[in-house]
Amino acid sequence: MIIDKWLISKDSLEKLFNVLKKDSKKIYAPVGRNGKISFRETDRFGEIDTGYIQTAQSSKEVVFPRTEKILDYNKNKDGVSVKGFDPGSIPEVVLWGVRPCDAMGIWKLSAIFNWDFKDEIFNTRLSRVTVVGFSCARADEYCFCTSAGGGPGNTEGSDILLTQLGENGDYLAEILTEKGSAIVTIASELFRENTVLNKEQFLADVPVRFDREELRVKLEKIFESGCWTKQSLRCLGCGACAYVCPTCACFDIQDEAHGGSGMRVRCWDSCGFSLFTLHTSGHNPREVQSQRWRQRIMHKFSYMPDRLSVYGCTGCGRCSRACPADMNMLEHLISIQEAEA
Amino acid sequence: MADFEPKIVAFVCNWCTYAGADLTGTSRIKYASNVRIVRFPCTGRIDYMLLLKAFAEGADGIMVSGCHPNDCHYTSGNFHARRRWIMFRSLCDFMGIDTRRIKFSWVSAAEGAKWAEIVNTTVASIRELGPYNEYKLLANKPVKEVTNG
Amino acid sequence: MDDLRKRARELLEIRAVNVVIGYEQGTSGRKRAFFAEKPEDAEKLVFDSTCIQNLASYVTKREIRDKGKIAITATLPVMRSIIQLASEHQVDDNNLLVLGITSESRLIEFSNLAEMETFVHQYQIEIDARHREKLEKLEKMTPAERWKFWIDELTPCFKCYACRAACPMCYCQRCTVDFNQPQWIPVPSHQLGNLEWHIMRAVHLAGRCVDCDACYNACPLGIPLNLLTKKMVEDAKSHFGGYQPVLNGEHLMSTYKPDDKDNFIE
Repeated sequence: MIIDKWLISKDSLEKLFNVLKKDSKKIYAPVGRNGKISFRETDRFGEIDTGYIQTAQSSKEVVFPRTEKILDYNKNKDGVSVKGFDPGSIPEVVLWGVRPCDAMGIWKLSAIFNWDFKDEIFNTRLSRVTVVGFSCARADEYCFCTSAGGGPGNTEGSDILLTQLGENGDYLAEILTEKGSAIVTIASELFRENTVLNKEQFLADVPVRFDREELRVKLEKIFESGCWTKQSLRCLGCGACAYVCPTCACFDIQDEAHGGSGMRVRCWDSCGFSLFTLHTSGHNPREVQSQRWRQRIMHKFSYMPDRLSVYGCTGCGRCSRACPADMNMLEHLISIQEAEA
Repeated sequence: MADFEPKIVAFVCNWCTYAGADLTGTSRIKYASNVRIVRFPCTGRIDYMLLLKAFAEGADGIMVSGCHPNDCHYTSGNFHARRRWIMFRSLCDFMGIDTRRIKFSWVSAAEGAKWAEIVNTTVASIRELGPYNEYKLLANKPVKEVTNG
Repeated sequence: MDDLRKRARELLEIRAVNVVIGYEQGTSGRKRAFFAEKPEDAEKLVFDSTCIQNLASYVTKREIRDKGKIAITATLPVMRSIIQLASEHQVDDNNLLVLGITSESRLIEFSNLAEMETFVHQYQIEIDARHREKLEKLEKMTPAERWKFWIDELTPCFKCYACRAACPMCYCQRCTVDFNQPQWIPVPSHQLGNLEWHIMRAVHLAGRCVDCDACYNACPLGIPLNLLTKKMVEDAKSHFGGYQPVLNGEHLMSTYKPDDKDNFIE
């Protein structure tokens, strides 16, 4: 890992944005709509929201879109012709304004998409994304990144991480990868020598609330616990938590047909839906919501660390914020540690 | 626009309009050939989703037709259908779907001439409106690279 | 809300009901659904104007149903939902007791659903002025402007179906979107599929929606999808004189009048 530290003034951020735009990259940044902030393609710096603690949706769509084409097919008299994935269709993208928890989420997704099968589409997208992370100066009570192995100034997953040195202050720019260095190269006049030694004092205070290793050990013993039903009685069974999550990667494969031709797409799916595990026979191995809720927790905090050596949660707290029934992840994780087997 | 031939899907009931359209043919009345007829047991069976599917598959216009009020083979299927059409049509309009492209009519088994006339006027009005590009664009748009709007 | 706590405790003590559905203090100042099963749980029950989730969506949830007889804390929209559910044979007096809460936050217990219906029918379903203004603003636009408005609003929808899950009227074991033979609504989230889903949702709620805004409150993306159901409420009023959920009798969309307006039919 390259670690190189520079300073960039607050006023130069817009210039940096414009340099990246000129570099013919698509820029995705937090933009507000209907009172919710999400990553959207933008070419106007002024449109970018800066006051957010966390965006409503994660930035995962840039590497794992909600709906993406896998192939086109066409039936003709000679059979079926298939046009597969075209790497050339994937654009160079800058993800601007990503919080450290989201940047870490991209890295976790990479572990999933490169586990037993190397997913070419995901990897192509990932190779063309430059992540411009912004550290957190503020947090709210939904945030628990420090309990999930991250932190408000965590560098994992970012190519360059910007930390504002106090309100209205300049930014410390940590260059973390080759892609990050490339940014400094094309906009070298905006970066100046750094004299700041420590960014910690400028970061949000996010107390550690639980030990995830202890949680993982505990989860192995409580598969049949009554805690799952108790916690999930108010769960409505929608997919909001999974769709805003930076690490949820479950997908469905669908054919969109028009007569003899069409395309095959993969699209998000959620373990919260009853349909997710419904068999053709009519049998559903996860027939009630408590089993689906248990799956969600187990997958993130037990199965993923077992198989992939990474946890499936970054502590961004989005699922808790988005839940229409106030299923609070942090609250539930803490209570699991007190649950009886 | 001169060479634009509208594609129109007609959803009709078996007992009145389908028989009426048959009469148009047996009476040897010449009329526009732009309409593809889909036969249903009753207008009450015509799901509004089918209308949306017709647009999605490229229809420029839609016709929905069945027995006149009080003439339903099943007594009240057309009355139920009418109530649904009122709500559905209004919702479509509210969402900006071009309701001028959906023509509702009552055509009995004896009204072969009326069917020919309604088809002709519908084809003419759709020809005037042109192809339903807004809906086609929506239906044929490939999946965008990142669809987070 | 001492009355509510006291009554809930009594009901649980004498085992008149097995669970009382109400609200408790949630996180970050939110109120959320709470299921009191033991008399002492009743102390956690709270009620104030921030209790907006429509609790009626829980009475058809299997794990709640399996508990046996239910008592439910019900504001006016929740009561309306319950009447509609009862008329669709989803709940009845044998499995449900309603602890009503009036607009003055007073507890009003109904001995049966018919009694509650009489209470509810004193009030009409009315679209509030703020939303009526929004509807009128849209109605004044050209169709092309409305089309753009809705495509823009519905494009972000990622089909998490929180709107469906939060709606007490969306209790189907298997929703139309979950069928694939035929596949009425595309599974992936894209513009066409999103449009079709939201049209379908609104049409299925025509004449049934109680205008509680649960769908809008549940949407993690803040899409104003309740404007569609509100439009259906307004249309029901202008075309058919409006509706109220009724325990017995015809539903707006499963009946007709011989003189329903047909000036758009040739």
